Amino acid sequence: MNNLKASFQKILMYPSAIVGVVAILILVAVSIYTMITIPYPEAIRLWRGGEDVWYQNPKFAQPAWVNWFSSKKYSESFAVSSADGEFSKVATPGKDGATTYEMMHEFDFNYDMFPQDMILYLKSSFEVKQPFVSIELITPDERTIRIASFVITDKYTYRFSQDEKLRIKLRTEEIIPALFSNPETGEILKGKYKLIVTGTTFEPESTMDAEFVFHGQVFGLAGTDHARRDLTLPLLWGAPVALAFGLMAAIGTTVLTMIIAAVGTWYSGWVDELIQRITEINLVLPFFALLIMIGTFYSRSIWVILTATILLSIFTGAILGYRAIFLQVKESMYIEAARAYGASNWRIIFRYLIPRMIPLLIPSLVQAVPAFVFLEASLAVIGLGDPVLPTWGKIIQDAQSNGALYKGYYYWILEPAFFLMLTGLAFAVLGFALDRIFNPRLRDV
Amino acid sequence: MSVTTRVPSENLVVKKNFLNSSFMRMARYVIVRLLTLFTTVVIGVYLTILIANMGGFVDEIIRGQIRDGVTQSIAGNPTYQQMDPDTRRQLIEERIALEEKRRGLDTPIAIRNFRYLANALQLDLGRAINLTSDSGSKQVRLILLERLPATLLLMGTSQLFLFFSSVFIALNLSRHYGNFWDKLIIALSPSSAVPPWFYGIFLILIFASGLKILPFGGMVDSPPPANRFDYAVSVLKHLALPGLSLIISSFFLSVYNYRTFFLIYSSEDYVDMARAKGLHSKDIERRYILRPTLPNIITNFSLLLIGLWTGALFTETVFLWPGLGRTLFQAIGLYDTPIIVGSTVIYAYLLAMTVFLLNFVYALVDPRVKIGE
Repeated sequence: MNNLKASFQKILMYPSAIVGVVAILILVAVSIYTMITIPYPEAIRLWRGGEDVWYQNPKFAQPAWVNWFSSKKYSESFAVSSADGEFSKVATPGKDGATTYEMMHEFDFNYDMFPQDMILYLKSSFEVKQPFVSIELITPDERTIRIASFVITDKYTYRFSQDEKLRIKLRTEEIIPALFSNPETGEILKGKYKLIVTGTTFEPESTMDAEFVFHGQVFGLAGTDHARRDLTLPLLWGAPVALAFGLMAAIGTTVLTMIIAAVGTWYSGWVDELIQRITEINLVLPFFALLIMIGTFYSRSIWVILTATILLSIFTGAILGYRAIFLQVKESMYIEAARAYGASNWRIIFRYLIPRMIPLLIPSLVQAVPAFVFLEASLAVIGLGDPVLPTWGKIIQDAQSNGALYKGYYYWILEPAFFLMLTGLAFAVLGFALDRIFNPRLRDV
Repeated sequence: MSVTTRVPSENLVVKKNFLNSSFMRMARYVIVRLLTLFTTVVIGVYLTILIANMGGFVDEIIRGQIRDGVTQSIAGNPTYQQMDPDTRRQLIEERIALEEKRRGLDTPIAIRNFRYLANALQLDLGRAINLTSDSGSKQVRLILLERLPATLLLMGTSQLFLFFSSVFIALNLSRHYGNFWDKLIIALSPSSAVPPWFYGIFLILIFASGLKILPFGGMVDSPPPANRFDYAVSVLKHLALPGLSLIISSFFLSVYNYRTFFLIYSSEDYVDMARAKGLHSKDIERRYILRPTLPNIITNFSLLLIGLWTGALFTETVFLWPGLGRTLFQAIGLYDTPIIVGSTVIYAYLLAMTVFLLNFVYALVDPRVKIGE
């Protein structure tokens, strides 16, 4: 035990291994934080949610921090709602039970790129008489643009970019750029914009609320995808999924391989022969093709894939390697001593044979993790990821199938790629150092 | 007299027995080995057939497809419009039964699996269900043969380059171990934890999307250039990124492994002895380091060669490379069992043959190894 401890202390001699350990600890911390703040059912609801969940976000928006590196500033997204009070609302009672609501929001627009769209969601309650709404935009150069006026139903969505009347009035092809530029020069107009929504209800019990959604070119920490989903969700949730899959598969595979090798060598005879034959059969089976078949034909659930991965990875060349070492250990004096005092077969296998192999087990376990993390991602990238879980591989697949590389949405691929790379390399670097520490033959070379 | 005649004959008997036993031992070994390997192939292929048929579920899918196809073709045919519904239904059922019989769906799946196994083992690969070759054939053999050159080109160039460059560089590094390049290789070797398709995405991002000097995917420009030279240039351009990603993802670990391997062998006493004798370092490398490591290197090389058959499934898919790996992936997506089984059975045979032959190769290159012991 002290030996193991001393061996682990040697990690400090490998700076790369320390970096690996730190990266793994950060990933574990992120995983725990994610699972506490966004519980599993909530994550699934958000990830599978459509417009109703994500309507506030723009599509294909880059993360907001690209503005730090870009000389041209992309407009940021925001959403304000009169129900929350960010969208100031003043109600003035009129005669005959009518009420006039004046909702106003002032926002800075100091960007070099036009926003994607602006949308106004109006909600009201009424019995018979439908409320009336008119929208105005006051530009920094004090022009007042009358956007539209219309009668609303209990739920009404007004999309600025889709209004044909406004397009004709502004004499333009693209409404949003026309709103945010100087009509004479056509240059983008920066400064404070003021959106005024005036609504009139005609019944005493009527209410009215508005939500103004500004779809900019950038959004949040990680940007958004084709379904307006905030990418921080799958990026965060990818960490626990990748770690769980990688670690469980690595532990399952290496530990089972070792136990089976130990049992085979200890009992020898037909047990050993059977294990070797199974290993040969397993070498003939096409690993990836079988996993893809299981994913396509049976189930894409991550648990099914995990089980299949472990089962197919037990009987590989590694079992022969362990077998060779167990054959040597089997002849040692201390095993003979155990036999002499009458230890049972299982006791010898689990208390004497396997513990001897722990130094070999640890590096190979850690080194096996990246392969499994990337296996999960690979399956997701070719469309066989778990259908409900948000994972890194799924982000890359979405990006690929939406032509992110062709259209230049690099953030969409680079973000999950960064995390995959971080996880893979962290375990690889650590495993590499452990291998050199625990494998005496490698220590000096 | 009698003594003198007896002695040689006795010698002869001993010699004969010795020859006999040696020959017998070898023959017995060869037969047992061939039988076990064949059994392995049979079981492996049978398991693949079982999984690829999904325990009969693929049949259900195909039955559904037949029903849809027949119903639609009859409903869409104006000659049958006048027919009364009962007769038409009967006609549809008859057509479906006929089509199912043609595809062999009327025999139970268990029997068909065995028939299938027997055919596959005789390399009678049959016809694909949905996939067709570019020339329009449904023969599995033709489809696989058509995709083989693409895979051989991609995998062959990258894997052979990898093998020879890493052995060569590793030998050099093991001579100067501890220098800057050696440390660099050690530091970079964890990079192989990342699979080739992943590097592929980065390469596409840089060279295809960013710099726009190499294509995103595929194997040749569309339409393909008429001129032979232009055609070759176009293929080379398309080969660059997938080939490079396959190489990057294994290069450093491969060099590191060979280098460590050579270092372990060069710390043997007989190498020190050779050095003490003052032998030339080239000779030491060739005769004292490479020679004893030859069985391992040959094993790696032969596994590499048969690995060419499976292609690079994910890399080919990401780069839309029309090779065997991508064909296998497409076949699985289309429930095309014959192609999956065909690809597996050929790999199984190649592997079994290689494993069998390697025993003899070991005996040839390593005098300590005797066959059948």
